[in-house]
Amino acid sequence: MRYLPHSAADRREMLASIGVSSVDELFADVPRAVSDAFRPLGLSPRSEQEVVAELTDLAARNRAYEKVCFAGGGVYDHYVPSLVGHVLLRSEFYTAYTPYQPEVSQGTLTAMFEFQTLVCELTGMDVANASLYDGATALAEAMLMAERVRSRGRVAVARSLFANVRRVLDTYCWASGIEVVELPRLPSGRCDLSDVPDDVSAVVLQSPNAFGVIESLEGVKERIGDALLIVSVHPISLGVLAPPGEFGADVVVGEGQPLGLPMSFGGPLLGLLATRKEHLRQMPGRLSGRTVDAAGKTGYTMAAQTREQHIRRERATSNICTNSALCALAATVYLASVGADGLRRVAELNVEKAHYLADRIAAIEGFGLPFSGPFFNEFVVRVPGDADGLRRALLDAGYLVEPPELLRAHGVENGLRIAVTERRTREQLDRFAEALGGSR
Amino acid sequence: MRTIFDQPRREGVGGLFPEPDVPTRGVEKLIDRTLLREGEPRIPNLSEPTVVRHYTALSKLNYGVDDGLYPLGSCTMKHNPKVNEDLSRLPGLTGVHPLADPGLAQGTLAFLYELSELLGGIAGLPGVSLQPVAGAHGELAGMFLFKRYFEDKGETTRRRILLPDSAHGTNPASAAVAGFSVAEIPSNEAGTVDLDALDAALDGTVAGIMLTVPNTLGIFEERILEITGRVHAAGGLCYFDGANLNAFLGRARPGDMGADVFHFNLHKTLSTPHGGGGPGGGPIAVSKPLVDFLPVPSIERSDGRYALGWNRPRSIGSVHSFYGNVLVAAKAYAYLLQLGDEGLRAVSEDAVLNANYLQERLKRSYALPYDRPCKHEFVLSGKGLAEGISTLDIAKRLIDYGIHPPTVYFPLIVREALMIEPTESEGKDGLDRFVDAMERIAVEARERPELLREAPHRAPVRRLDQTRAARDPVLTYPFDEPAEG
Repeated sequence: MRYLPHSAADRREMLASIGVSSVDELFADVPRAVSDAFRPLGLSPRSEQEVVAELTDLAARNRAYEKVCFAGGGVYDHYVPSLVGHVLLRSEFYTAYTPYQPEVSQGTLTAMFEFQTLVCELTGMDVANASLYDGATALAEAMLMAERVRSRGRVAVARSLFANVRRVLDTYCWASGIEVVELPRLPSGRCDLSDVPDDVSAVVLQSPNAFGVIESLEGVKERIGDALLIVSVHPISLGVLAPPGEFGADVVVGEGQPLGLPMSFGGPLLGLLATRKEHLRQMPGRLSGRTVDAAGKTGYTMAAQTREQHIRRERATSNICTNSALCALAATVYLASVGADGLRRVAELNVEKAHYLADRIAAIEGFGLPFSGPFFNEFVVRVPGDADGLRRALLDAGYLVEPPELLRAHGVENGLRIAVTERRTREQLDRFAEALGGSR
Repeated sequence: MRTIFDQPRREGVGGLFPEPDVPTRGVEKLIDRTLLREGEPRIPNLSEPTVVRHYTALSKLNYGVDDGLYPLGSCTMKHNPKVNEDLSRLPGLTGVHPLADPGLAQGTLAFLYELSELLGGIAGLPGVSLQPVAGAHGELAGMFLFKRYFEDKGETTRRRILLPDSAHGTNPASAAVAGFSVAEIPSNEAGTVDLDALDAALDGTVAGIMLTVPNTLGIFEERILEITGRVHAAGGLCYFDGANLNAFLGRARPGDMGADVFHFNLHKTLSTPHGGGGPGGGPIAVSKPLVDFLPVPSIERSDGRYALGWNRPRSIGSVHSFYGNVLVAAKAYAYLLQLGDEGLRAVSEDAVLNANYLQERLKRSYALPYDRPCKHEFVLSGKGLAEGISTLDIAKRLIDYGIHPPTVYFPLIVREALMIEPTESEGKDGLDRFVDAMERIAVEARERPELLREAPHRAPVRRLDQTRAARDPVLTYPFDEPAEG
């Protein structure tokens, strides 16, 4: 085994030093019945060369990456600057553990501190944690956090959450005994906030929502009493959209994949969570804080740890331990690479290209845009006839679109959701529109 | 430590994104102005060399497995094979959208399926879900399964989880998040579960027990079959925390010990890097009575084709946006293929050999509260080494010797604990250097205690004031204060 450094002589010498004659003696405490029941996998070891060949072959069987991607739903085909990958390959970052020993973890801790600051700048909030698993669990954690603050046992959730995110939220709510009250959608595609129950711990919105529609957050906070306002965002949209913090949001969460992570069939992802200072002690997840060393020099260490499981055990704010640190580093390097100007540029490209395509599709006879609300880079089109058949035809023509059943779950028949990122060229958009028109 | 917010700035964007190739109308024409951002986020516009040098400089302030011995107990900081980094960057793997038709993701689904099969084989359990993305996430999914199982049986009074006092902190937190209350079971003087205390705690309110095997002292629960047998006889379920799987890989299976749920830490046992705190992988394997409750979607195979399975009406639902950490799974799969059965066994043998060798040599200079053969890790105590010297001082002094400190102050049942796990990746020369450093520190503790108390001396920073960070947390860059150098 090429990963094991010992020679046979090393092992003999070490066994002698321990005072046993064979390594089996060191396993004498494993009950006989357990050892006897053991069955190997029937797996012969393979060389690195063979394993590379096998994985390369499997990767080549994924035809999806050859298609032009118009799928979204939380994970998008955004451009990842080359620099991000290079920084991530610094093994001092990727082979380190959680920074429990701050004196030898200043790289990770400084980057975490930068990440927290960047997430706050994007969302308009006071504090952000150093990441959670993904956007869906970040929303679930936000909901649990609101429940710790308000303890009403009920939350009001917009119908227009991504279906997969909702599924995770439902699982966490069921386990915690929290009732979910659903808020319907308006014809515009926006959430109907006219009838929010007044006994909920939180109101949960997604913006842009599952129809791509940007919610209006103006005045929402005033309308929901003292329930916490939780908003799930697309981080790149905040290059042009007003941050939810400006409208009084209490917790902002999101899927951070657009910030420098590949799509990778949905993992690893990056959970974002930011809140107001007053809720800091109820916040889940790791935090890096600025402090000084014994010589008075600025440094960073994990902060507010008394919220956490390794100190507080069953009274912790969350069980989160390992999260998505390296993905957070990717997002940090991404934002440092693009800067405020680049972020605005990429957000604008998404808006312009998505609207260009939406207009082209709306001009095709039989097609239309069922929702009047404004959108960022994702929108729903109404298609004539069988949406599944149309999707298959698009696939044959080289275009990847999400399954229409995701919209059907939202009560939208004969619709397709289409996401357009900065990576799509005008030629691709034109051809895609032609393929749609020609496939009727 | 300079941050990106302290770097020299410039104007304008730097050619990362093309000029628009569609006719533009302006965002304010397309989106209502009230929805648009007024001010800019304070993200500096930096040149590429500035960004590269900043993060390269930061990386050099870190200590990773590639830098040297990392004997962090319960974390299994083994070598992360380089080839895995190449494999996880194959465009055919990274470029697949999660909502792509499964027919277009056959390669990824194939290795997810095969990995599930291998994990089931290692655990000796019939059902696997790859959705959980961290150990604590696997624990939570497992607790959800416990809950659903008893709901399904109508036994809703079972709301307590038993936990040995040596358990990881995530265990009680996971049980609590899933809505269970927690009752602690004390350890006996041998460091294992006290069976009488277990019997006394078992009643109709107990949903189950969360065990770590070997436990956090590195001791195998010799009476594991009696423990799980008694819990099962009382109608409860057994959760096994898989953080310590490296101790018996290729030799024993949790399923044969009575586990109902077992979580893997792919970022520990199966060599995927920890990334400074994730992304990890926390797949779970479950016993037959729990298979129907596993998360959706499952990954299925029929007639040589792979698919996502949604037909699990009694499922707990989902615990992840999609299918778990796919790229982490790819690394674990590649590692398992390289190891094969004999490699798996060799890994645990060397891991246990290394730990016992260190334990035997270090107990001459440090207190060893539980003096018996260990598995992959063991726990020393810094207590009594020298007047006024704490375990933290020992840990920080190790940094000066170029070694990452062990886990400290855990498990809680050992005072001034130093939890040491060398893993199989360390050669004898590296272990001997560690012993040498620890012995010198023991001498220094008596002769020059200030060397320990003021350590580290050779790290990028001196000892950091953690009290200040806890009392008065500064969690974002103070833009309004003058920059520092």
